Amino acid sequence: MNNRIVSAFIGLVVLLASSGSVFGAGGGTTLQHANVNIRDTAAIQRGAQLFVNYCLSCHSASYMRYNRLAEDLDLDEDLVMDNLVFADVKIGETMDIAMRPEDAESWLGKAPPDLSLISRSRGADWLYTYMLTFYQDEAGGWNNLALPNASMPHVMWQKQGIQKPVYATHDGVETVDHLTLAEPGLQSPEEYEDSIRDLVTFLEYLGEPAKIKRKNIGVWVLLFLALFALIAYALKAEYWRDVH
Amino acid sequence: MAKPVSSLARGADSFMVWLDKRLPVTAFWKATMTGYSAPKNFNFWYYLGSLALFVLVLQILSGIFLTMHYKPSAAEAFASVEYIMRDVEWGWFIRYLHSTGASFFFIVVYLHMFRSLLYGSHRAPRELVWVFGMLIYLALMAEAFMGYVLPWGQMSYWGAQVIINLFGAIPTIGEPLTEWIRGDYFISDATLNRFFALHVIALPLAIFGLVLMHLVALRENGSNNPDGIEIKENKDENGVPVDGVPFHPYYTIKDIFGVAMFLLLFTFVLFFWPEAGGLFLEHDNFVPANPLVTPEHIKPVWYFTPYYAILKAVPDKLMGVILMGLSVVVLFFLPWLDRSPVKSIRYKGLWYKVMLGLFAIAFIRLGMLGMAEGTPAQTIEMRVWTLVYFGFFVLLYFVSPRGKTKPLPERLTH
Repeated sequence: MNNRIVSAFIGLVVLLASSGSVFGAGGGTTLQHANVNIRDTAAIQRGAQLFVNYCLSCHSASYMRYNRLAEDLDLDEDLVMDNLVFADVKIGETMDIAMRPEDAESWLGKAPPDLSLISRSRGADWLYTYMLTFYQDEAGGWNNLALPNASMPHVMWQKQGIQKPVYATHDGVETVDHLTLAEPGLQSPEEYEDSIRDLVTFLEYLGEPAKIKRKNIGVWVLLFLALFALIAYALKAEYWRDVH
Repeated sequence: MAKPVSSLARGADSFMVWLDKRLPVTAFWKATMTGYSAPKNFNFWYYLGSLALFVLVLQILSGIFLTMHYKPSAAEAFASVEYIMRDVEWGWFIRYLHSTGASFFFIVVYLHMFRSLLYGSHRAPRELVWVFGMLIYLALMAEAFMGYVLPWGQMSYWGAQVIINLFGAIPTIGEPLTEWIRGDYFISDATLNRFFALHVIALPLAIFGLVLMHLVALRENGSNNPDGIEIKENKDENGVPVDGVPFHPYYTIKDIFGVAMFLLLFTFVLFFWPEAGGLFLEHDNFVPANPLVTPEHIKPVWYFTPYYAILKAVPDKLMGVILMGLSVVVLFFLPWLDRSPVKSIRYKGLWYKVMLGLFAIAFIRLGMLGMAEGTPAQTIEMRVWTLVYFGFFVLLYFVSPRGKTKPLPERLTH
């Protein structure tokens, strides 16, 4: 009887959870899968290189310390200072930028957001799609499929090249159907995708530096608890033998 | 007890004699633990009470460590949480303990309450156990709501905005009431600071006291059981219920196993899936609170969404607020709404199984719809399930005295 109730209850929850999804996809384009692997330290290192070169002049990552990077990515502190730190700061400081938010707002229209937690609010897939779907519209300005009318220009256009939109009309509404590479960049499309995957892997790490350690510790915690549960069960069975 | 052999054991014994003359430790232990008979046929659902207590302790301990590093100010709160996540040694672990613990608290409490509906644990003479339990649940909702504001992310801010504005629907006193709650004309540093005070001291104290009353009331009549019959009606020559076992060691040992299984599930989420896909930690809450930017889709955390759906199902704001309040208040009256001659679902007819099943589906489905974007079709579905939700209580009152029952057993089955 009891097992029937428990299994009926679990069945109910599963059924409800799988029946007719109530969560619609957000606006914009369909997201592409980033497939990041947080354990790929080399990818995070390459991503960090891209980040400091292309992002860190306008965007800050003001919750992240440079020495944390060195510690987590198996890098020598001198190596970090020479290759990743361009500002006049010490290794223990955070990844801030010189541009003041007020200035940024008057120069760029909108202050570029801090990127420390961008992977946690937007998600890896969105960031990946965003960095892949910049295109040049008729006016010659940069636009983006994941974030229409984004105020950010395509800072990595030299790598990717220039994409142009192909429009399609559905029910009288003209939308961008897909993008074509009008002018090739320094990287092939595959190479560029790999670069963006590295960058997104770094952003994923940046969002939660403890993530790598957390999963490693978790395995040991679960193993210990499984053993503990086994012993607790044996103890319980021993005590209850005379009741049943 | 065996005769003390060593001088150490003799010393311990004489210390207990000394202590018992001054503080009734042994008598208390006997009355509530070793001498207290609990039905011997507890099943899965009876782990949840001890687990709720376990999570409460976990929340208090992790909360103490969080307050050592958290800054309750609008200017610093968000950054101090990130400081905990990044710079405090094991800070991420303490924070995830607390955030995962909050959601698991509600999972455990909802299942614990559902157990009552299954076996009629709230029925006479245990009505006050249920009422104290409901008061704990109310305090827990307030505790969780205010705790969610503290990280000062976008969802903290706008979620609080929506919830506090609900009080504004009350005629005449609504507006001044919302100002009184916020301590300002809008949600601000003053609001955050007072929510912090309520979250870390006022509400935990209230919950602690209510849990104590819940347990005192429980021990007075003893636990119900899956058969819903009283074990005290069948005692041996020593006055000990024949179908009972001493709570200690039998259930203390059994509950250790329960805690181990719970921790397996809990730590799996904590270490590998702490955001639970945006259910336990919402994506928008990783953006600092910004009074000038309204998020696209504001919704409360999952454990409030069934009630939120009931609110959204009603077109009129005041009526929605009233109905939402009623959906919680009606639970208080459950012990008097169920008038069936038997307590447990085991001896109630099919009518109860169908009603309770529909009620459970309604609650879960409302919870899912409460976090959805709210298309017109979803609004209609919310109305249907809201009717089912309230229909359960109305039907229970009228059907339960007449509903078919099976004969009760003399002794506990297993």
